[in-house]
Amino acid sequence: MHSETRLLAGGMTMLSIATGALVVIPYLTVRDATPLEGLKPYTSAELRGRQVYIANGCVYCHSQQPRARSFAPDTERGWGRASVAGDYAYDTPHLLGTMRTGPDLFNIGARQPSEQWHLGHLYQPRAYAPDSIMPSYPYLFEAKDKVDPGDVEVMLPSGFAPPGKVIVASHEALDLVAYMKALDHGYPVLQAQPQPAAAASR
Amino acid sequence: MASGAGGANVAATCIQPENALSTVAILLSAFVLSVTALLVFIWSQRSSMFDKSAKAAEVIFAPGEIGTREDPAAGTALGLGNAELVDRARADASTAPLVFFFFCCAFAWLLVASAAGLTASIRLHEPDWLAHQPWLTFGRIRTIHLNAVAYGWAPMAGLGIALFVIPRLLKTPLVGAPFAFLGAALWNAALIAGLGAIAVGLSDGLEWLEIPWQIDILFVIGGALVGVPLVLTLVHRRVEHLYVSVWYMGCALFWFPVLFLVANVPGLHRGVQQAAMNWWFGHNVLGLFYTPLALASVYYFLPKIIGRPVQSYNLSLLGFWGLAFFYGQVGGHHLIGGPVPGWLISLSIVQSMMMIIPVLAFTVNQHQTLKGHLDALRTSPTLRFIGFGGLMYTASSIQGSFEALRIVNAVAHFTHFTVAHAHLGLYGFVTMVFFGAIYFIVPRVSGREWPSPGLIAAHFWFAAIGITIYFVSLTIGGWLQGEAMLDGSRPFMDSVTLTAPYLKWRSVGGALMAVGHVIFVVHFVMLLVGRSAGRVQPALLRNF
Repeated sequence: MHSETRLLAGGMTMLSIATGALVVIPYLTVRDATPLEGLKPYTSAELRGRQVYIANGCVYCHSQQPRARSFAPDTERGWGRASVAGDYAYDTPHLLGTMRTGPDLFNIGARQPSEQWHLGHLYQPRAYAPDSIMPSYPYLFEAKDKVDPGDVEVMLPSGFAPPGKVIVASHEALDLVAYMKALDHGYPVLQAQPQPAAAASR
Repeated sequence: MASGAGGANVAATCIQPENALSTVAILLSAFVLSVTALLVFIWSQRSSMFDKSAKAAEVIFAPGEIGTREDPAAGTALGLGNAELVDRARADASTAPLVFFFFCCAFAWLLVASAAGLTASIRLHEPDWLAHQPWLTFGRIRTIHLNAVAYGWAPMAGLGIALFVIPRLLKTPLVGAPFAFLGAALWNAALIAGLGAIAVGLSDGLEWLEIPWQIDILFVIGGALVGVPLVLTLVHRRVEHLYVSVWYMGCALFWFPVLFLVANVPGLHRGVQQAAMNWWFGHNVLGLFYTPLALASVYYFLPKIIGRPVQSYNLSLLGFWGLAFFYGQVGGHHLIGGPVPGWLISLSIVQSMMMIIPVLAFTVNQHQTLKGHLDALRTSPTLRFIGFGGLMYTASSIQGSFEALRIVNAVAHFTHFTVAHAHLGLYGFVTMVFFGAIYFIVPRVSGREWPSPGLIAAHFWFAAIGITIYFVSLTIGGWLQGEAMLDGSRPFMDSVTLTAPYLKWRSVGGALMAVGHVIFVVHFVMLLVGRSAGRVQPALLRNF
């Protein structure tokens, strides 16, 4: 090969083909997917909680993309129906994830709606699932002598709070739980409106 | 593939049969067209190369040098009467301080990455260990590990090697080294800031792209400055033929900025499209940056050490352009079963399988070159590391191709199996090749021999046994984890508990690798403080 121009032109052409397929076409087709009917935008507390989720790297063990029945028993496990692009209309950055060291969380809000359970589980996962390998997050909580007004106390199973102390949730923990409770994508994918007209005309 | 396409997303099942057919037809014809175009392109590149004595492959040798082994031995075999060898010595001297600086940074990041990786690994089976430190939680320390490898060790070592090799291949002293010094300083400052940001919980939230975009600006400026002397040297070159290694290194240095810039523009990507972009970047930074830098090293050092030109120039062309074309499009296989368009997944699976072509071209070529010179694998430290790395390139690439098939991916996706595969590629292949290259280059830039062949052998065995334990345990554990998850009658918790022993073995493997790295760095420090005084012979391995 003689010419560096030919080399670099060739190399960059190859990369543009790949970029066209994997970046540009998705940009034109699915970037601005319409939010599905039933999908609610996040509240500010939920968005703050989403940042806590990102900051602590939850995405490295938990996916948010249930797969179809033909592929995996995700639905049987209660993780929800297969997700579609419209489910992620408000998700920037995306948190699809690539690992399931822990379960999929796309519908954790529906599966586990209790704030107290989430708080206690974040403080010490092994208080609820003895074999869990999820990290405990004591730094999202405060161990105090007594509960002050406005505090949210975490009701742990006996033996898991430090003796003589009460465990109080930080704002970060409360926001994170608000975000997880909002992860509920149980609404239907196929919207109803066009169907009746089509059925009637047939 | 038909059943898989239906499973890929709900929308796909709604497509009318005629539409599905035309989509397949469009994809198929586009594929046939592009592969034909690629072959024509490769054919055009070999113009004037019809003669069997491929001159371009001999460009790395001075006249009369073929048949002579070059191994880390400062000063040996340098007959100053040979003008080409004088040129080479001049090229080496022009890069020495710069390459030395890059390697020092690489060593520092190697140690940081090892410590972070080992901590992350242990935390997966000791989840309450160090739990009170936010920055040591698994989600952060694992990310620090990845970024210290991805933006610290790998580019510092890889670019250091490129800065050494390119002037040699172009028979031209490096032009504009101060730019690269400044660039590397900025790059490392950016990485320190980036890891600090991750440690305190500031992250852009995308895998491989966690470092906040504000800091990424520094990487862009630093990276561009590092590229300046390489471009200037290319422009001032005094050879006609560009050797294979220059193709790989040259293109990698232009591919990476495009990848990094497109991926980090704030506000450009959103939702599912962002996920597709994420894996276009995540896979291409491996395939179009680290891989070409490491392959370029193999193409240079392997023939150089055994003193024989690379066997087939045509296979080199096929390997290079095949990689350039196919690798860029494989990223979508990270989203099989996910909510992305079905055609994108199919495209990535097909191109993942097509990657077998360039991989085989590389493998056959290197094997043919090495044939009859296998004894050098025993004595040459560089060749031993590079030989191991080359084999792992073949192994990890073939594994990766099959891992993209839906039937394998259904089990392996979301499990530790993928983590094992990633380490086979980035450690077994890329890192081992870089180790080998560094063993060759350091005596050339420092003017000193490595003090102890025993320490080199120890480093090799700790690294090789460590990655073997790491890979085998996580591969088995990951596969069993995937099978447990696919069995709807088993509780999810089964897939967690069964991995416990394999995760512990991963820590054992990781610890051995870390010990190897400490030996490597200690050995380097010994060389610096002059423990090799008196050694004039190359540090060749004798026993082990």
